[in-house]
Amino acid sequence: MAQISEAMVRDAVAEILRKMGDGGSAPAASSPAGEQSYSTSDMELRETGEAKPGTSRDEVIIAIAPAFGDQLKRRTIIGVPHAAVLREIMAGIEEEGMKARLIRVWHTSDVAFVGKRGAELSGSGVSVAIQSRGTCLIHQKDLSPLQNLELFPQAPVITLETYRNIGRNAARYAKGDSPEPVAQLNDQMARPKYQAIAAVFHIRETEFMDKSRRPVDLEVRFK
Amino acid sequence: MAKRQKRFEVLDAREVNQDGFVTEWAEVGLIAMASPSDPKPSVRVQNGVIVEMDGVKREDFDFNDQFIADHAIDASVSEQMMAIPTIEIARKLVDINVSRTEVAKIFSGLTAAKIAGVMDSLNIVEMAMGIQKMRARRTIGNQAHATNLQDNPVLMAADSAEAGFYGFSEIETTVAVFNYGPFNALALLVGGQVGRPGILSQDALEESIELELGMRGLTAYAETVSVYGTEQVFVDGDDTPWSKAFLAGSYASRGIKMRFTSGTGSEVQMAYANGMSMLYLEIRCVMITKGAGVQGLQNGSISCIAVPAGVPGGIRAVLAENLVTTCLDLEVASGNDQTFSHSPIRRTARMMGQFLAGTDFIFSGYSAVPNYDNMFAGSNFDCTDYDDYLVLQRDLKIDGGLRPVSEEDVIKVRNKAAKAMQAVFQQLGLPRITDEEVEAATYAFGSEDMPSRDKVQDTKAAQEMMKRGVTGVDVVVALAKGGFKDVAQSVLDLQKQRVSGDYLHTSAILDQNFNVISAVNDLNDYQGPGTGYRLEGERWKEVQNIRTAITPEDI
Repeated sequence: MAQISEAMVRDAVAEILRKMGDGGSAPAASSPAGEQSYSTSDMELRETGEAKPGTSRDEVIIAIAPAFGDQLKRRTIIGVPHAAVLREIMAGIEEEGMKARLIRVWHTSDVAFVGKRGAELSGSGVSVAIQSRGTCLIHQKDLSPLQNLELFPQAPVITLETYRNIGRNAARYAKGDSPEPVAQLNDQMARPKYQAIAAVFHIRETEFMDKSRRPVDLEVRFK
Repeated sequence: MAKRQKRFEVLDAREVNQDGFVTEWAEVGLIAMASPSDPKPSVRVQNGVIVEMDGVKREDFDFNDQFIADHAIDASVSEQMMAIPTIEIARKLVDINVSRTEVAKIFSGLTAAKIAGVMDSLNIVEMAMGIQKMRARRTIGNQAHATNLQDNPVLMAADSAEAGFYGFSEIETTVAVFNYGPFNALALLVGGQVGRPGILSQDALEESIELELGMRGLTAYAETVSVYGTEQVFVDGDDTPWSKAFLAGSYASRGIKMRFTSGTGSEVQMAYANGMSMLYLEIRCVMITKGAGVQGLQNGSISCIAVPAGVPGGIRAVLAENLVTTCLDLEVASGNDQTFSHSPIRRTARMMGQFLAGTDFIFSGYSAVPNYDNMFAGSNFDCTDYDDYLVLQRDLKIDGGLRPVSEEDVIKVRNKAAKAMQAVFQQLGLPRITDEEVEAATYAFGSEDMPSRDKVQDTKAAQEMMKRGVTGVDVVVALAKGGFKDVAQSVLDLQKQRVSGDYLHTSAILDQNFNVISAVNDLNDYQGPGTGYRLEGERWKEVQNIRTAITPEDI
């Protein structure tokens, strides 16, 4: 895994600031920033109260698992900062003219159930669910918990570009389209390298689970 | 470190250091065997009912406890068997003077915690000795995977034929695209019987479709019915031991061979191991299988292999789970079927326990295609390892279930399978298979060598084939009309097994004349040197005869 130097972070921040100067309207074809482009400190999450069912049909919920974003190392299994992942998913949703709404699910760490709950609360009925290790799926409220619209089971091979495409596809489903599934890489050697670590990662996230807490709305601020 | 030691730089680049290793974390069950949280063995029987098991009272049983206590343990002998000291049972396992029957009788009364203790008393060589004695079928067997990235049916038929020709007794497929399922079943059925009459085939799919393909006679057995060691993981999968037993009964009622699947690491991977060791939880899975009345189990961690492999002693625990399966008198299809390490040394060492001891199916399965085409996410060995495997058999005088083959013969058999598939497609009115495809499949390494097919048309036709009610008998007719009378006869003989049902016995495989070889007529009788299965005579000569050996006449 590449080490992230301070210089790289500085470059990345400069790049982000440049992008923000464009009013955040990066063209759809622009390639997302590289994996080293964000530091873990560029995001702040603030709870704003219990998440209620949405009424706006142009909203897509991003439902994050209990430890995502502000616990553990705030990075995925291959070291991608959660802030970067979240930005890409949100950007993908917004590129399609939909609104991203962020919630945290506390009562489960299972990505299928996180997604199902998110979809139930989503005004459009569509959600993107993501675990700290980076495992991700797109859910829809009428599906059973273990079904999904698209599943991205191999966290180690999900790039930031893929996260952006996941956001984009979720928004398209929310608009009633039937998009082509997001192209995925397949690495059969991901298992030997990451499966044991993924298990530890999931257990650690599950420790932050709180069965008595309902999902909460989050406000995110990228620094 | 500013300056690196050069040997460490070289070591860092070695394959083994691409693998993921983690430290033990017993509190959450990230431990191969003997977690401090594993229950202590105990049993109490009242009026023929187990009222306490491994420290849990009957009223506190979860559904796994109840299923095991009521269906997997013989309450009439349990207290007596549990009274035998753990170390004594372990010694009986390796003692050549104690028969398989006697050990199996003891295990029929043991609880999961007691069995876990027995396993932990054995080193890995003793475990292999245990399997050598306890595996159900005297003759060893092997299973192959045949899949490809494109679900190309012509290539799949040719690959199945090649696998059969190498000597596998079973062959398994699954899909890249879900709707190809029926074609993949057809490819294995036709290609498999071309390669070696009597090979059994299966198609791992969603449970109800898989059952339907079996009922139609398009597959000959099933194995992807998973069970789990903790209640929470069962519930997360929307299942119970009873629902799985019902599914098993559905197969049996239609005369279809089946086994369950489980493996160490699945519970901790789902974060619900409750602090218990991977092996202890897997023993519970083996017992649930036994309790469901199923004849066999595929285990050896399977798709979670990199979890036990990542902790200390994990590969030993994987051999232990195979051993437990044999001790409970079940058929074992013993894993080795998933990518597990980047290191060829480690890959080979991992399969040695099963290979040296011999199991009902050493691999479940061995990738008969290049791993890039393996839709089970890759196997421990693939078709590029064939010659290594054949040499290992020859070096160690071990029957690993395969035989050396010649390039000419493989070309012939692949070509025949591709042509038979072409004929079947034509007769059944399925999308055309061209001569160009037959030629490509005959000489292909993998799916990259195949011309592309119209997948929309293929998947549509595959679904229509199901709607039309095509069965194994239609395949027989299609083969016969298409000029493949011998293959038609083999597919018909396979259908007949449904009626006789003999291949539902434990550890059943078919020889090339469709005779059943099972634990009933070929029970393992190993009891030390001079007994049990020995690689000798014609079969040993066959194993010796690798392609690359030079004879005196060659000089």
